[in-house]
Amino acid sequence: MDHDEVLNDADADALLIAALRAGEDSAFETLVRRYGGRMLSVARRLIGDDDHAQDALQDAFLSAFNALATFDGRSKISTWLHRIVVNAALMRLRSQKRHPEQSIDDLLPAFKADGHQEAPVARWKDSGESTSDRAEAQALVRQQIEKLPETYRTVLLLRDIEEHDTETVAQMLEISVAAVKVRLHRARQALRTLLDPVFGEQYS
Amino acid sequence: MTCQQLIEFLTEYIEGQLPLSQRAAFELHLALCGQCRAYLHNFRTTIEAAQNAFDDPTVATPASIPEELVQAILRARRSN
Ligand SMILES: [Zn+2]
Repeated sequence: MDHDEVLNDADADALLIAALRAGEDSAFETLVRRYGGRMLSVARRLIGDDDHAQDALQDAFLSAFNALATFDGRSKISTWLHRIVVNAALMRLRSQKRHPEQSIDDLLPAFKADGHQEAPVARWKDSGESTSDRAEAQALVRQQIEKLPETYRTVLLLRDIEEHDTETVAQMLEISVAAVKVRLHRARQALRTLLDPVFGEQYS
Repeated sequence: MTCQQLIEFLTEYIEGQLPLSQRAAFELHLALCGQCRAYLHNFRTTIEAAQNAFDDPTVATPASIPEELVQAILRARRSN
C-alpha cells in the first residue's frame, strides 16, 4: 500500500486524538491552529465583542483539553469543538448579563382590535443584487441582528445561522423546546421590523 | 382567521408544522389578504437574509486566530 495515501478525516481525527491523549505538545498546537479560527468566528457571532470572544475561545479549549478522555470519537472533532465553543460563549453571555435587556415588544407587529395590523405592510422588492450590493446588504443585516435583545438574538443565531435543530438549541440554552420556538418566532419578527428600513426603502 | 392569528403561526407554517386543518384556513386567509402575503414575503426574506448574513467571504473565510491567542491558550494548558 502506498504510504502517502491521503488520510481520510476520521483517520486524521483518530491520530490527532491519540497524540493529544498521549500529551504531545505539538498535537495541542495543531488542534488550536486547525480549529481555532473557525471556533473564534462562532464565538464572535454569539458574543459580538472580540475580547470576550477570545476569552470564550480560551475557555473552550481548556474544557476541550479536560474532556479529551471523554471524547468518544463518534462525532468529528470539528463538531465536538463546535459544541464546546458554543457552550463556552453562552456561559460568558450568561455571566456578563449586562444592563437589563431591551423589551422586544416594540419590535413586534401591532394589531388593531379586529386583528388587522396597525401599520400597512409594503412588500419588499426581490433582490436582484450585484455582488458589491450583496456584501453591503449582508453587513447591514449583521448590524440589525446585533440590535436584537440578547435572549432572542442567541436563539436566532443558533437556529438560523449555526443551524442547530430546535431540540439541540433547547438543550444548549437549558430552556424548553416551546420556549425556543416562541423566541425564534419573535426574533424573526423583530428582525423583520429592523430590516424594514433597509429592504423596504428599495421599494419606494 | 385574523391577520394577527396568521402571523402568530408563520414560523410553524414555514417549517411545515401546521396541522392540515389549520393550514387550509391559513392558506385561505393568505389568498384573500394582500397585507399578509406581503408580510409572509418579507418574513421569508428576513430568514434568508439572516441565514446568508455571515456568508460574506470577508467574515466567513476561516477566520485566522491571532498568534498571541494561540500562545495564551497553550500556556494556559501547561499551567493548568
Ligand atoms: Zn391578513
